[in-house]
Amino acid sequence: MTEQAAAEKGLAVSDEVMIDIRNMHKWYGQFHVLKDINITVKKGERIVVCGPSGSGKSTMIRCINRLEEHQKGQIIVQGVELTSDLKQIEAIRREVGMVFQHFNLFPHLTVLENCALAPIWVRKMPRAEAEEIGMKYLERVKIPEQAKKYPGQLSGGQQQRVAIARSLCMSPNVMLFDEPTSALDPEMIKEVLDTMIELAEEGMTMIVVTHEMGFAKTVANRVIFMDEGQIIEEEEPETFFEHPKNDRTKLFLSQILAH
Amino acid sequence: MNTDSTPLPKVPKKSVWNNPKFRSLFFQAIVLAATVAFGISIFHNTSVNLETRGIATGFDFLSTTAGFGIIQHFIPYTEESTYGATFLVGLINTIVVSALGIILATILGVIVGIARLSKNWLIAKLAAVYIEIFRNIPLLLQIFFWYFVVLRNLPSPRQSVTFVGGFFLNNRGIYSPSPVTHDGFSYIVWAVILAFVLIFFIKRWADKRQEATGQQFHTFYVSLVILVILPLLAAVATGFPLTWDKPALSGFNFKGGMVIIPEFAALLLSLVIYTASFMAETVRAGIESVAHGQTEAAYALGLRPNSTLRLVILPQALRVIIPPMTSEFLNLTKNSSLATAIAYPDLVAVFAGTTLNQTGQAIEIIAMTMAVYLSISLLISAVMNWYNASVALVER
Amino acid sequence: MNTKSYAIGQIPDMVPPIASVGFIGWFRKNLFSSWVNSVLTLFSLWLLYLTIPPMIDWMLVNANFSGTTKQDCTNTGACWPFVSSHIDQFFYGFYPQAERWRVDITILLLIGLMIPLFIKKFPYKGITAAVALFIYPVVAFFLLVGGSFGLPVVETSLWGGFSLTLVISVVGIVTSLPIGIVLALGRRSNMPTIRSICTVFIELWRGVPLITVLFMSSVMLPLFLPEGVNFDKLLRALIGVSLFAAAYMAEVVRGGLQAIPKGQFEGAMSLGLSYWKTMSFIILPQALKYVIPSIVSTFIGLFKDTTLVLIIGLFDFLGIVQTASTDPKWLGMAVEGYVFTALVYGVFCFAMSQYSQAIERKLDTGHKKR
Repeated sequence: MTEQAAAEKGLAVSDEVMIDIRNMHKWYGQFHVLKDINITVKKGERIVVCGPSGSGKSTMIRCINRLEEHQKGQIIVQGVELTSDLKQIEAIRREVGMVFQHFNLFPHLTVLENCALAPIWVRKMPRAEAEEIGMKYLERVKIPEQAKKYPGQLSGGQQQRVAIARSLCMSPNVMLFDEPTSALDPEMIKEVLDTMIELAEEGMTMIVVTHEMGFAKTVANRVIFMDEGQIIEEEEPETFFEHPKNDRTKLFLSQILAH
Repeated sequence: MNTDSTPLPKVPKKSVWNNPKFRSLFFQAIVLAATVAFGISIFHNTSVNLETRGIATGFDFLSTTAGFGIIQHFIPYTEESTYGATFLVGLINTIVVSALGIILATILGVIVGIARLSKNWLIAKLAAVYIEIFRNIPLLLQIFFWYFVVLRNLPSPRQSVTFVGGFFLNNRGIYSPSPVTHDGFSYIVWAVILAFVLIFFIKRWADKRQEATGQQFHTFYVSLVILVILPLLAAVATGFPLTWDKPALSGFNFKGGMVIIPEFAALLLSLVIYTASFMAETVRAGIESVAHGQTEAAYALGLRPNSTLRLVILPQALRVIIPPMTSEFLNLTKNSSLATAIAYPDLVAVFAGTTLNQTGQAIEIIAMTMAVYLSISLLISAVMNWYNASVALVER
Repeated sequence: MNTKSYAIGQIPDMVPPIASVGFIGWFRKNLFSSWVNSVLTLFSLWLLYLTIPPMIDWMLVNANFSGTTKQDCTNTGACWPFVSSHIDQFFYGFYPQAERWRVDITILLLIGLMIPLFIKKFPYKGITAAVALFIYPVVAFFLLVGGSFGLPVVETSLWGGFSLTLVISVVGIVTSLPIGIVLALGRRSNMPTIRSICTVFIELWRGVPLITVLFMSSVMLPLFLPEGVNFDKLLRALIGVSLFAAAYMAEVVRGGLQAIPKGQFEGAMSLGLSYWKTMSFIILPQALKYVIPSIVSTFIGLFKDTTLVLIIGLFDFLGIVQTASTDPKWLGMAVEGYVFTALVYGVFCFAMSQYSQAIERKLDTGHKKR
């Protein structure tokens, strides 16, 4: 898919704010890992977060569904602020899907059971209906024929697509991707990226931590560059790649695009 | 070798010795012969020895009168009973203490193992200290401690520690009221059975309903209520046909009620505490073996901690936990034979101990004792292998 | 859309909010993170309050430390003179006073041989281990039993205490290792007769309690021998313990053999090495190294299990403490004896298990690097 095509599809961004992060700080012990993070994500936005390893980008998106706890500032998801209140955390996790670097599929369940688990136990759906939804999304990621297999029998790319389908089964409003292609062999990266691009075309709000600059160029409407726990630069893709303002960004881009 | 005028290409001389098949057969024959010879010589020596020492052979002794009493028996037994009955009493005592020990040790071990992983620092450290202390002290020492120091030093029956409801603790054991049933008690038993049947069907109905509509049902609490209400109703209807025979002091000892002898309590307590420390490590290792990403993925899907544990962590951890847990069950059963050191009348104490001393028929008695433990080991292994296979089947 | 650019370090490192770090943060996170946790913490503190102060009181504050008889113990706490006045007996058993230096030398030699195994860069570990396994037992035998080199014989019935515990467990482990290796190889052999004999042997011993094995060796073994041949009581117990330990060792070694990749066998065979050469030079060294932690665990188990010999009338460490506590002059001192014994066993076993865990971690990292 080309930029033009993406533009033609008219990936609309509405004004509704999905995620609002204000002056957020996080420490590991005495170590200040996230410093004064401010991000506003509107409905339909596709944000790519990049930066060197250890820059805090994964930690940042893991704060959004409270897999990590922030100590200062606010994170507001769809108007609900994240506190240590378990009910609110659960409510937010139901609306926010997440895809991990290492897939984290449940190895003791079949692909379809992986997909149906949360709809049954969290959305309290009848099994048949949950499995129907599971099949629908497995078809969407183009592996319905693997439904009865166990995760261990699939390739890395297939597993990651199942993980995406599993998240989609909860019909989330926002999807978080934590380096979804980093653990994949090169020939499998494309199938996962294609799935993500399709998702973007359907108007899903996405925050993607990735080093796939091609994906950033085609799909993202904003690129955030992080280093040493702070946001260094936040730009539209064209500006970001053609005229980065910050020296650190230039250095990073020259390293990552040299490949 | 070759008498032909046209010599064939030189074939290396083939010795039978270099034929692996022959060599293998040869070795096996030698080992087998040695084993058989060893067996025969032992058999010969033994029969000569038995004859010169005038020791009887065969299993006739099992039907002779034993002539000694046993302090704890779950089947009728007196001094006039036979050695066969002694064997059975000992076997039952071994099974009782092992079965109770396995259940209690598993409960304690699981609790300590989970506590070891607690986010609460103090709880985790206490669990670690428990594990390190109790698994590093020999079991026999622990048994001695509980028996000679704690339970034997309790006050005499006249100065018993008294608890509400007719429970007494003294150096003769733990006394508690025993239930006495009257007419109509069978209705209560039927009510309990009915309750279980009902719960079974409710569970099936609840599962089916969830399959169909997704609605969840608080099966656990409803079951609990049914289990209490039904027998209670039956009891009211039949006019409480159950009374308690409370132990009462008469002379120097208690009469009536039930008693747990100190030997049993000491053995059970130490077996449970000792084995639980090993089980806790097994449980901890099993839970830790499930990658942290599994919990995160479940949380990210919106599952609650309880559901995550039940649906994601435990099914995976169990497959790692069960095999070492099985060997802990076996260890506990085998370790129950330490009973003999404090004279709890288990199989080894009354049969391989007293009976052997009285009859001198070492071969038969030791063989029977060993056979019992071997069968228990094989039985537990078989059951657990079957269970393990059924759990493992879920994965592939 | 607002676009921004910042410089690195524009936002300085800050100190975290006081409630999340330091003393208060630690307490909140680790002890009082939820009300359930707070209840658990308070409950544990209450438990500790109930147990620890009385224990310290008894063991140290109100304890008696000096004196030689029971009458010297006037304080309400522990009567440690019971232990100090019996300490020689606890260690040597009834070994004659004049000959106790032989026990000392035997144990010093053992320690001397063990130390190099703990030194990381010691170059002759293999040789030291070989000496410990093959030469040391012979030397120890002549030292302890006597009867030659001008040393008077000391009957084994006089042996006892901690030194006897050491003798039984060291002999058990040293003899069980070679037997266990042979059994493990046998169980993995492709010759059906040998495989079944080894399997039956291993499962038989592993399926029964050590007590029955000890009973068997003390009452059945004499019947198995030709007339006139008789073993001493200790030797019979040692045979029982060794065979029992060998069955467990066989399973440990088998675990190591199974962990060796098939390529190693094939590689060695393709070099034209015979079965025995493949095993002794390629497979076993790797397999044994891999299972050192399990061997140490087996040894810990054996070390604790030696207490069972008191049931067949040998006076090991626990046996001799038990005997001393029934001494009419020291009646009522069992607790002190047990606590002391528990402390000694606890320290030894804990140290050994820490050692085996350290090795395990080292082997683990070595494995990951590959």
